[in-house]
Amino acid sequence: MRLAGGVLPKVCMCGTHILSLHPQRKEEQRVKISLSINGTQHEADIEPRFLLVHLIRDVIGLTGTHIGCETSICGACTVLLDGKPVKSCAVLAVQANGGQVTTIEGLAKDGQLHPMQEAFWECHGLQCGYCTPGMIMAACGLLKETPNPSEEEIRHGLEGNICRCTGYQHIVDAVKYAADKMVA
Amino acid sequence: MSFLAKYIGQKVKRTEDPRLIQGIGHYVDDIKLADTLHVVILRSPYAHARINAINTDAAKRVPGVVAVYTGADVAGKVGNVPCAMAHPELKVPAFGVLAQTKVFFVGHPVAAVVAQNKYQARDAADLIDVDYEPLDVVSDGEKAAQPDSPVIHEEFGTNIALVHNAGVGDIDAAFAQADKIVTQRLVHQRLAPISIEPRGVLAQYFPGEHQLNLWSSTQIPHLMRTQVSLMLGMPENRVRVVTPEVGGGFGCKLNVYAEEALLGWIAMQLHKPVKWIEGRRENFQATIHGRGQTGTVQVAVKNDGTLLGLKYDVIADIGAYHQLLTPAIPTLTGLMLSGCYKIPAISMKCTEVFTNKMSTDAYRGAGRPEATYLVERLMDCVARELNMDPVELRRKNFPQPDEFPFTTACGVIYDSGDYEKALSKALTIADYQKLRDEQKAARAAGRVMGIGVSTYVEICAMGPSAAMPAGGWESATIRVEPTGKVTVLTGVSPHGQGEETAFAQIVGDMLGIDMNDVLVVHGDTAVVQYGIGTFGSRGLAVGGAALVCATEKVVKKAKKLAAHLLGADEASLTFEDGKFVGAPDDKSLTIQEVALAAHTAASLPEDFEPGLTATHFFEPKNFTFPSGTHICVVEIDRETGELEIKRYIAVDDCGNQINPLIVAGQVHGGIAQGLAQALFEEVVYDENGQLLTGELMDYAVPKAHQLPRYELDHTVTPTPVNPLGAKGVGEAGTIGSTPAVANAVIDALAPFGVKHVDLPLRPEKLWRMMHN
Ligand code: FES
Ligand code: FES
Repeated sequence: MRLAGGVLPKVCMCGTHILSLHPQRKEEQRVKISLSINGTQHEADIEPRFLLVHLIRDVIGLTGTHIGCETSICGACTVLLDGKPVKSCAVLAVQANGGQVTTIEGLAKDGQLHPMQEAFWECHGLQCGYCTPGMIMAACGLLKETPNPSEEEIRHGLEGNICRCTGYQHIVDAVKYAADKMVA
Repeated sequence: MSFLAKYIGQKVKRTEDPRLIQGIGHYVDDIKLADTLHVVILRSPYAHARINAINTDAAKRVPGVVAVYTGADVAGKVGNVPCAMAHPELKVPAFGVLAQTKVFFVGHPVAAVVAQNKYQARDAADLIDVDYEPLDVVSDGEKAAQPDSPVIHEEFGTNIALVHNAGVGDIDAAFAQADKIVTQRLVHQRLAPISIEPRGVLAQYFPGEHQLNLWSSTQIPHLMRTQVSLMLGMPENRVRVVTPEVGGGFGCKLNVYAEEALLGWIAMQLHKPVKWIEGRRENFQATIHGRGQTGTVQVAVKNDGTLLGLKYDVIADIGAYHQLLTPAIPTLTGLMLSGCYKIPAISMKCTEVFTNKMSTDAYRGAGRPEATYLVERLMDCVARELNMDPVELRRKNFPQPDEFPFTTACGVIYDSGDYEKALSKALTIADYQKLRDEQKAARAAGRVMGIGVSTYVEICAMGPSAAMPAGGWESATIRVEPTGKVTVLTGVSPHGQGEETAFAQIVGDMLGIDMNDVLVVHGDTAVVQYGIGTFGSRGLAVGGAALVCATEKVVKKAKKLAAHLLGADEASLTFEDGKFVGAPDDKSLTIQEVALAAHTAASLPEDFEPGLTATHFFEPKNFTFPSGTHICVVEIDRETGELEIKRYIAVDDCGNQINPLIVAGQVHGGIAQGLAQALFEEVVYDENGQLLTGELMDYAVPKAHQLPRYELDHTVTPTPVNPLGAKGVGEAGTIGSTPAVANAVIDALAPFGVKHVDLPLRPEKLWRMMHN
């Protein structure tokens, strides 16, 4: 990938996102974007290399979306983009231009927890809570595709998300619990 | 005191969770202070090199960059990274917060760039030009101990940091009497703790007040305050460490790293808040690793299976420098070499060596998984040698319940235990005999099936202060506020263990109040009295014990006032379900009413201090020794080496349980990490000291589909060491599981003549074993 001015971007090891550009790049390289986050429209004026996760956390100020690796492995940064789970550290903010983003803060409605949040609480699906927002968003994405998943399907469906605390069993139980509630 | 257990022992949902499941808790990086500058640390790409020159001119010209600091800037101004172990023979190299003339490991901090945002800081760090002159690298612990090895820290003339001997009993006599001596070389690979939240620091300095605030993702806020104040030459009472939400620790945040003092110092130079958030690659390079021992075990045994003695000669590859507890961790191995067996003579010689790698230190289990793994692995080796069932061999050597307190040849006293009980429960759940029959049938059919048992005991509730480098007690303050709400200030610093819930359960029951009226505050040195922190399965067993004692004090004080107000004799009053009863005319007072009276102070007994507050510093008299049995059943695909865990059974005994839901979570997570050591994880450095497993794509932290469903049960043998009878459970799963899985895999491979394989047991390795 080559950007304006023949500058080679420095990408991370997985090659999916840009870590830093040669600083001689022109300062005026900024892009205006507009996107909806949890139902509110936001405008931002950003560098093209700016990651969606940084936009959400540092510009919009919604810090429930966490960063655990910035290399699209751990899943802590998972949000829904146009209804589909994506790792927001692997999406440039410009790629989300015009999109609809749902973060963990957007799940509860009118003070009522989302069934997936309820389920994680009920089943002790979290300990330190750092992977939890990403895990819950990924699980919501999973149930959209597979409303009544088997244990096997849940475990495979969450393979993009790492939890170091729980050993996953209570997370799997929580997703099953939420699925039962949501189809009922 | 007696009370109605309404909450204690119940599966109470955690009070921490609502904020965490909504993404509205605050981890360090979620705290935003106006005008915060961002710090990026440039780290050495070489494992060992001389720094000839550093040119930061280009970096300083990057728009948004405020400052760039190198070793020369901090020399003499910021103290060295501390090591808490004091030992007359221990060699302690000076570990500056930024490298001075040389770098000693990949990831060694070389420069710090401060900029308005992190993109600018990263850009600028790329432009720092460091002239390195590579030096000979020592990356293998065993080679480092050889006299012809290049020496890393020239001032010592050797790479040996410490030789530690442990164990008692006549080891030579034991080996002389043996019918058989079983010998095995074992490698405990290095592991990375990998909290999903990496480390992070935010520092803010108020020059007028000469006050430094540090937000840090740590397990030990108070110890950090002490150490950082010493490193910066700041009065300790002018440093405040706040531990907000912490996204996992597992020991890696039981430390004081270069970055905490460095960020504090930068904030003091620039008079602006500064933040550094560790990247995952940095986390692999510059956050401590665990394990890292290579040694040979010898067991002396009679033909009937009676154990006579155990010898362990081991090299601990501790990396280039000492972090807080680096040299102490292998000594913990030496405390637990008796496992849950009667072994009359034990001896360990541990040689700790410097290598050009990141330091090792406490990772979940910290020295004890090494002990349990080697003892449990050897038990299987011995059983095989003697042609005994591994379960029978274990059973034969257990101390019996009436032999507790039981003193081992490692010099520790096991508090209480009933090892047979957990073992037989696990065997029943597993249907062990049937499994062995199934295995016979499977083998006859050409399938590769294995059953692994591990009966473990661990040393927890760290611990009596005399045995700890920086105090082993814990503190708690309880305040019954004028409105009757209760505030608890605890010196432990939970980061996922759920003590906000468990402690509220305890106080709710002891005071007979709604547990939701109890607020548990932790992790702020300006608010909470000095404490030691959360590690070594001590939160409940030591911190909870302190809370019980403080609560008893508060009830005692309230009773005195209640008697005064009720016109009753103190001795005739009892405290039941939140009320002082037994006064004349059936009058009674609730604890809330007493609290109000204690604050309005209109009528107090003589010599009664107003208010209703008590503090207790609890000093445990001994460690606790949780134990249990884990059984693992595996099947290996002959064609691919692919392994499937068919069943995983864990029967743990952590004494009394306050919240069985939290206990189960701790056991699950622990098993996952121990199992990951057995099957997947390994920190790999090449011969040049390059870290080959520097990202999550190279270091195999297991995902949900790679782990089994765990079948849990428990036995309850309370400890006499603390008033809760709780032993601690944070590390049990990790300690018990690694040998259970390893034993299962090696049992599966027995028909191929395999007696031992070092971890991790990845498919390729297994395939080779079956096809050699
Ligand atoms: S932070 Fe995005 S996947 Fe880890
Ligand atoms: S709850 Fe800590 S990483 Fe999942």
